[in-house]
Amino acid sequence: MTKASQNLLGSAMVVGGGIAGVQAALDLADTGYFVYMVEKSEAIGGVMSALDKTFPTNDCSMCILSPKLVECGRHPNIEILTLTDVLEVAGEAGNFQVNLRQRARYVDMSKCIACGVCAEKCPRKVPNAYNEGLSQRKAAYVKYPQAVPLKYAIDKDHCIYFEKGKCRACEKFCPAGAINFEDRDMLFQLNVGSIILAPGFKPFDPKIFDTYNYAHYPNVITSMEFERILSPSGPSGGDLVRLSDSKAPERIAWLQCVGSRDMNHCDNSYCSAVCCMYAIKEAVIAKEHSHHPLDATIFYMDMRTSGKDFEKYYNRAKEEQGVRFVRSRVHSIEKAPGTENLLLRYTDESGSLLQEEYDLVVLSVGLETSPEVLELARRMDIQVNDGKFAATSPFAPVSTSRPGIFVCGAFQGPKDIPQSVMEASAAAAETAMLLSTVRGSAISKPEPPQEMDPGEVASPRIGVFVCHCGINIGSVVDVPAVKEYARTLPHVAYVEESLFTCSQDTQNRMKDAIRENSLNRIVVASCSPRTHEPLFQQTIQETGLNKYLFELANIRDQDSWVHHDFPEAATEKAKDLVRMAVAKVALQQPLEEVRLPITQSGLVIGGGVAGMEAALALAEQGYPVTLVEKKDVLGGHGRKLLTAWNGDPIAPYLDSLIQKVESHPKISIRTKSTLNEVTGFVGNFKTTLDVDGRSETVEHGVTILAVGAHSYKPSEYQYGKSDRIFLNLDMDRAIAERQDAVVKAQSAVFIQCVGSREPDRPYCSRVCCSHSIENAIRIKEINPEADVYVLYRDIRTYGLRENIYREAREKGILFIRFDLERKPQVELEGNSLRITVFDPILQQNVVLRLDILTLASAMETRDVEPLAKMFKVPLNPEGFFLEAHMKLRPVDFATEGVYVAGLAHWPKPTEECIAQAKAAASRAATVLTRDFIAAGGVAAFIQKDQCIGCRACLECCPFGAISYLEQEAKCEVNQALCKGCGTCAATCPSEAVSLLGFSHLQLYRQIDEALSA
Amino acid sequence: MKDTFEPVIVCFCCQWCSYAAADLAGSMRLSYPTNVRIIRIPCTGRVDVKFLLSAIEDGADGVFISGCLLGDCHYRTGNYFATKRVAFVKNLLEKVGVNPDRVEMYYNSSAMGPQFAQTCRDFTDRIRKLGPGLRAVAPAPARNAVD
Repeated sequence: MTKASQNLLGSAMVVGGGIAGVQAALDLADTGYFVYMVEKSEAIGGVMSALDKTFPTNDCSMCILSPKLVECGRHPNIEILTLTDVLEVAGEAGNFQVNLRQRARYVDMSKCIACGVCAEKCPRKVPNAYNEGLSQRKAAYVKYPQAVPLKYAIDKDHCIYFEKGKCRACEKFCPAGAINFEDRDMLFQLNVGSIILAPGFKPFDPKIFDTYNYAHYPNVITSMEFERILSPSGPSGGDLVRLSDSKAPERIAWLQCVGSRDMNHCDNSYCSAVCCMYAIKEAVIAKEHSHHPLDATIFYMDMRTSGKDFEKYYNRAKEEQGVRFVRSRVHSIEKAPGTENLLLRYTDESGSLLQEEYDLVVLSVGLETSPEVLELARRMDIQVNDGKFAATSPFAPVSTSRPGIFVCGAFQGPKDIPQSVMEASAAAAETAMLLSTVRGSAISKPEPPQEMDPGEVASPRIGVFVCHCGINIGSVVDVPAVKEYARTLPHVAYVEESLFTCSQDTQNRMKDAIRENSLNRIVVASCSPRTHEPLFQQTIQETGLNKYLFELANIRDQDSWVHHDFPEAATEKAKDLVRMAVAKVALQQPLEEVRLPITQSGLVIGGGVAGMEAALALAEQGYPVTLVEKKDVLGGHGRKLLTAWNGDPIAPYLDSLIQKVESHPKISIRTKSTLNEVTGFVGNFKTTLDVDGRSETVEHGVTILAVGAHSYKPSEYQYGKSDRIFLNLDMDRAIAERQDAVVKAQSAVFIQCVGSREPDRPYCSRVCCSHSIENAIRIKEINPEADVYVLYRDIRTYGLRENIYREAREKGILFIRFDLERKPQVELEGNSLRITVFDPILQQNVVLRLDILTLASAMETRDVEPLAKMFKVPLNPEGFFLEAHMKLRPVDFATEGVYVAGLAHWPKPTEECIAQAKAAASRAATVLTRDFIAAGGVAAFIQKDQCIGCRACLECCPFGAISYLEQEAKCEVNQALCKGCGTCAATCPSEAVSLLGFSHLQLYRQIDEALSA
Repeated sequence: MKDTFEPVIVCFCCQWCSYAAADLAGSMRLSYPTNVRIIRIPCTGRVDVKFLLSAIEDGADGVFISGCLLGDCHYRTGNYFATKRVAFVKNLLEKVGVNPDRVEMYYNSSAMGPQFAQTCRDFTDRIRKLGPGLRAVAPAPARNAVD
């Protein structure tokens, strides 16, 4: 850290309200910092809000994003500034003065009730930017239906009043008097301790590709336009049609690398890192949406599916869903004579010229930094790199060139959502490390809402809110009928339907309805409690209602989505589900949560780069950390690595990191140590270590698992039979030591995907392409005369790594592709090596005689099951730790208080390990900053007068939460240990054990209601 | 009884795996019969033998539990208890002359949306073939649940 201001401020500014900015803001707000979120448009949400589905889980993008947006919008420590631009930044790390301009909205946000009358009455139609201009909106408009904040705006550039001086229809009809034509742009200054840049990217504009005719043919569209066409809130309401003639396409082609890996049409030499996956996703979803068999073809150069579960997604698309993949860069798109269809001309690998006709062509456009963001970077004095992304070091991946200003998301480099979310948390950690001494100084702790008097909730008055979810529910289920039905149910005192119940305005209306109608229990009929229950619970809590007096009826995921062809039966089912929910919540009593103290320290397992960075990030925030390492030294695999992908040497960084960790007063290091036993739970773990043969117990509030991974030792390609055959890490050492084998080699070969992307390990190990190319270049630099070959299946130098792939080709390194079905054959003849490989371009076998062979072997975890069991966290089928949500919770586990970082999560290069480690520390800090952990709620409770002391419950409890009181001859539950599974309640022969929230009575009642239709 | 028999089926899903699988079936827009009513519970270990019996007695034509894969229970062992209880109930039903196929235990992880949809199809088919359960014999007794 370079020098920071003496006068630190406990607030931060996040520039950009996309998913990265939102995550950074939430982490900081949850760790005690005040956040100004500066968004240039009318609402936060960014590009993710416009996506249809997200890979590789096919989650509905808006469904998983919306709760985070709402949380951001309602967080007491976050202030959202929309239509706002950063002008200038003065000051230094810890104390910046930021000049901003907020453009006029012409709608008073405090008065707007988002009723939409202004848009309805506005006579001027304008292309809708949210729908990529594929539909129209009015000059009075809201950015998108679930926008946060959900407030309308007047588009000054298109408003008739601003053009001609008359109209003001919106003002006349607005029932809230919210239109304000006197509104003016505002200049103001804010002081913050740190700035996080998350301004995102701009999709590449393919108009300059003259041979693709995007500007001239309406059926050549971009991938962003296609996202909107797939989206239920898009221009065609989710119907897969081409907008030129409303015809359902039968053949769609995706063209990869448009505006990426291209120095001819544009300057974007880098790979945009996300287009392969989004194209596969779009193809898969399009095939699902299509009412007839759809021919979906993806034209690509290399399929780059190296993220977690991406390769499996690719394989499924190819083998199960029938997406066709053609390895070719298409030369041109022409119109088929006499139709609106399109002709693609391309050459296949063997050189034959082919032509195919398609109804629709989707250009998979790359990611680039917009001129506005480049200008912002210039004004803020932030350096950018060759790719026009913020310049960062692999060892400080979220730190910009200006101390105290951090970066995350696509402005750091082209990347997907999970990576953006990780960096966002990492940037929050950097801010928290910088400002730890003033944590809490800029926020006011909200008074917990006063809970209603028990008398007020004794007699149920239930409010039922039925959601249309845009058209997700409303297009199948008759929502008004369900609402009217709900009105007839016992104890129901209020009913309402809404377009999006999760939107902020409906949340506010819900609070008003609770107050105005004295409601004391709420049922929402919408989506899944798994995603939305916490949101609604928080809302009702704000009115003083106990959060357990709530029930969700899942009429979307488990009704309208699975019964779309049976609207009547789906409506009946929705009524049943609402009736079951109403019956259950009527029997629900307020539940108390116990407040447990938190041990404000962390345990980090694994002393490699990820573990050390995580430990340091927690310690720098002021929390004591115990760092456990199995070996006798820190450093892990970092010790064997020569450089990061860009050539920056690892050793100086690693030495300095080890030195910082070893000398940090808050870090206790335990080498030659392993874990014996773990008890407890979030905030209160107790772990017994074996420290070089002696036992030691550590109490800690959070745990970060960073146990790393290992190189697969190949059983093929003659590995182990010759000292001329290396793995990449061995090659690093051989090069560093300038071993004879390397220096004298006249011919070197690298074989990729050794053990990866095979049935035993159906995943890509992500780092090997770059690693082999780095070493290939180094061998070429040592001896420019040497022949160097890389035998590969796809070259996956994603992001800016593409530059080293280009450099390698320029240096004369030869790349030969092979298929899984025709792997290279390695033969040993005495001490000499020979490889036979089929060259698909020459269409014949090539025989290479070589001096050294390097195998790019897979990465795999080893012996992680015991650790997974101890912390009760899952592993995926490949043996890597499985996070809580692959898209939006990439370092959290479903088990609270346990986090993952580094290679044990998934293969990844050093800079991603560092970002993830800092992210894990940031997430862990959101627990450690809390004053207490709330336990109880849904927990078992034993009614002692009914307990006969048989101890059946004690025996079946997996958590040792039940004890037997000898004197009373009764059993008792320790609520802090109880996890609320309810096995005891089902075991008790006299129904003396109740699971609060899922009582016998409630479940009997739900069964009855399910059957009473 | 209607011309085509549409069974009423009660399903207990644990909130970690099978309820998520049911959600996933939805986000994948898979289709399955509308006969199944899902009751969410924290863990299949919560399913009391009496819930299964009560459902059959009160007129469900079929009841099934869907839990995490064996070995993957979020609470370690709940689905083993559920498995044992389903076996117990099947045994009991057979003794009282009710076809034990009306009750079943299934396992669907949170990633198994398609399998969950298939479970619903298979079980509904099975119950359709078995015909109506006890509700054909006697009207469901009204349960008066009070606090």
